[in-house]
Amino acid sequence: MAQSNTKHQILICQGSGCESSKSDKITKALVDEVKHSGLSDTVQIKATGCHGFCQQGPIVIIEPDGIFYTGVKIEDAPEVVKSYFVDGKPLERLFYHDPITSKAVPLYKDIQFYSQQHRLILRNCGHINPEEIDDYIATGGYTALKKVISSMEPTQVINEVQRSGLRGRGGAGFPTGKKWEEAYKAKANPKFVVCNADEGDPGAFMDRSILEADPHSVLEGMIIASYAIGSSNGYIYVRAEYPLAVKRFGIAIDQAKKHNLLGNNILGSKFSFDVDVMQGAGAFVCGEGSALMYSIEGKRGMPRVRPPRSVASGLWGLPTSLNNVKTFASVPLIINNGADWYAGIGTEGSKGTAVFALTGKIANSGLVEVPMGTTLRHVVFDIGGGVPGGKHFKAVQTGGPSGGCLPGSALDLPVDFESLSKAGSIMGSGGMVVMDEETCMVDVAHYFLSFCRDESCGKCVPCREGLPLMIDILERITGGKGKPEDISRLLEMSDTVIKGALCGLGTTAPNPILSSIRYFRDEWEAHVNEKRCPALVCKPLINFYILPDKCQGCGICARSCPAEAITGGKRMVHVIDQSKCIKCATCLEKCPPKFSAIKKVSGETVEVPPEPVPIAAGAGTK
Amino acid sequence: MTTDTELRKQIRDIIAPFKGRQIVLIPALQAVQEKLGYLPQEAMEEIGALAGVSTNTVYGVATFYAQFRTTPAGKRRVAVCRGTACHVRGSERILEAVERALRLKVGETTSDREYSLETVACIGACALAPTMRINEDTHGKITTKAVEELFPRKAKQEGTPEK
Repeated sequence: MAQSNTKHQILICQGSGCESSKSDKITKALVDEVKHSGLSDTVQIKATGCHGFCQQGPIVIIEPDGIFYTGVKIEDAPEVVKSYFVDGKPLERLFYHDPITSKAVPLYKDIQFYSQQHRLILRNCGHINPEEIDDYIATGGYTALKKVISSMEPTQVINEVQRSGLRGRGGAGFPTGKKWEEAYKAKANPKFVVCNADEGDPGAFMDRSILEADPHSVLEGMIIASYAIGSSNGYIYVRAEYPLAVKRFGIAIDQAKKHNLLGNNILGSKFSFDVDVMQGAGAFVCGEGSALMYSIEGKRGMPRVRPPRSVASGLWGLPTSLNNVKTFASVPLIINNGADWYAGIGTEGSKGTAVFALTGKIANSGLVEVPMGTTLRHVVFDIGGGVPGGKHFKAVQTGGPSGGCLPGSALDLPVDFESLSKAGSIMGSGGMVVMDEETCMVDVAHYFLSFCRDESCGKCVPCREGLPLMIDILERITGGKGKPEDISRLLEMSDTVIKGALCGLGTTAPNPILSSIRYFRDEWEAHVNEKRCPALVCKPLINFYILPDKCQGCGICARSCPAEAITGGKRMVHVIDQSKCIKCATCLEKCPPKFSAIKKVSGETVEVPPEPVPIAAGAGTK
Repeated sequence: MTTDTELRKQIRDIIAPFKGRQIVLIPALQAVQEKLGYLPQEAMEEIGALAGVSTNTVYGVATFYAQFRTTPAGKRRVAVCRGTACHVRGSERILEAVERALRLKVGETTSDREYSLETVACIGACALAPTMRINEDTHGKITTKAVEELFPRKAKQEGTPEK
């Protein structure tokens, strides 16, 4: 298959996910191996950004044939090189296996996770070296900027973006062209362009991956935006938790400056623009526009009353256009391909594509980009491969702590701004967490509400005081002390917080509770009325028992129990002291699968001896 | 007294590059924490002087953001991710296992300053959930068994399965 005179490339992912599996060392091993085998003239090793299939990482692709290897280890390097380039056969044991059919899929293009996607924003992710501007330029990068500077007036750029129907990808979906127009028309000067890369939603990593894999696409979008609104200064606000994204965007800035694509008199024109990187300091609320700008100014990130909106009074009180990473990355495509092309993708009200970070109880976890209007079912089952381990789908959560949990009956909803919000969730910035029968919806509601409580800036009373009070009720429910009126009281308090809080954090914090009660009320009622957690998650409502007819008295559980709650002896049926048990499930994990003697239950008791007794003859055997 | 002056001098050196910049406060706090591992009182004072704001203001900003700490951290900073994807894949149990292994609660540091334990809202490696970070290294697909292997010295006191 391999031809010796063709230039081959071995692409290796160096996103955060794959790097945590030592992909930097694998790269080095591959480089050494290629050199060692005398293949340096025909085989090139290229470090790329994230392919968005992190779960299968580290990922290696051999181009141009598109051979796709997963879970590559350092010690695999010699074989990866030898098998294909010397023996002419790909290395089968590293092929991706379809989670449903278990069949090996050797080629990138045949993997359903990718073939069912429509990648525009993620177009270059995993295919170019993010630290080489020439790689980006070779894919047509910066041609949109050249076109804008050489042949378009700012108003033409704004008009084009407006006609494309592009809406902000940070979650709220505000029309980008309209925002730019308002910033353009604002009288005060100077003006600022700010990129919101404070991707704080837990369970979301789209922006991180784009900044790591294709930083120039975002930078190009920012430069075009600044040209359109008439700004000469910009900032990108990136979470400090994303060190690799910070580093790569910094490299992109330096390279763009060297190419005269950034800085003074860009491409010989009169237009000048400069960008600085500002690292966030770990406050979720700073994803909110006004809080983000206060944070850049060096203040506590506490949102303010709007209006005025930031296009009129943003950074230091000056006109500022704040857009999301994915919004900026879409702009060069719109300029190059035209507004009509972009408007042809997606639905009536939501144009273009949506990028999701598909995670949780899902077979194929990673980044997914589909046209707006694609159904949730297509994303979860066709691309995501459904719920693994023979478990059943229960819910899909979109929109992070501001969003909601949607049940199976909502799976045929089209994914767009309107449909999701009508169903009680939101599009959000793109987190999509799949939950199965072992996920407790009350526990998830508690999780999100605790998150918002911790991240509340403390400015508005309903958010600062209301969320902790709601958590008290939730803890009562998950603690087995729920009162009949608790559910309706939670609904009432949610209403107060929504009406009384100022910013997006507070007004959406009750969403996970509302959608959870709306769709999974029976689960809530089981907790409140029967003191039972059907998913066997809420600790005060579950118990562990050792089944006398299965226990073989091996003692592994007793030795591993951190609470010393298990007693027994050789050939004795072991017993858990329920008053000492901390429900850590260590025994369940340690009990050898051939015995499977530990049972987890909720709302029922299992008949067990009070004290250890000798094992009955024949127990544990079939 | 000497150490105090040395510390101040060190802090002043760290924050000197931010002088006269448009954005001073948070980057200066970040720079000091990166070098020293925490923000001593002296840093608040020096940064306030540089930015032209009161020490109180600096303290107010520093305590608003989760990234900053006012006490020294352990040599190995263990941060268990509590993001949504990690949560549904059992990060709470991982956190409890780490707490047991290190005999620490979240926010604490061992008396020998070897380890400190914290949680992080999301490190964005959700496809590898549950995850944990030890200093700059991300560990994915963590199990309670992996926790025992990562922290063997402390975990040993607990049951070792008999052969």
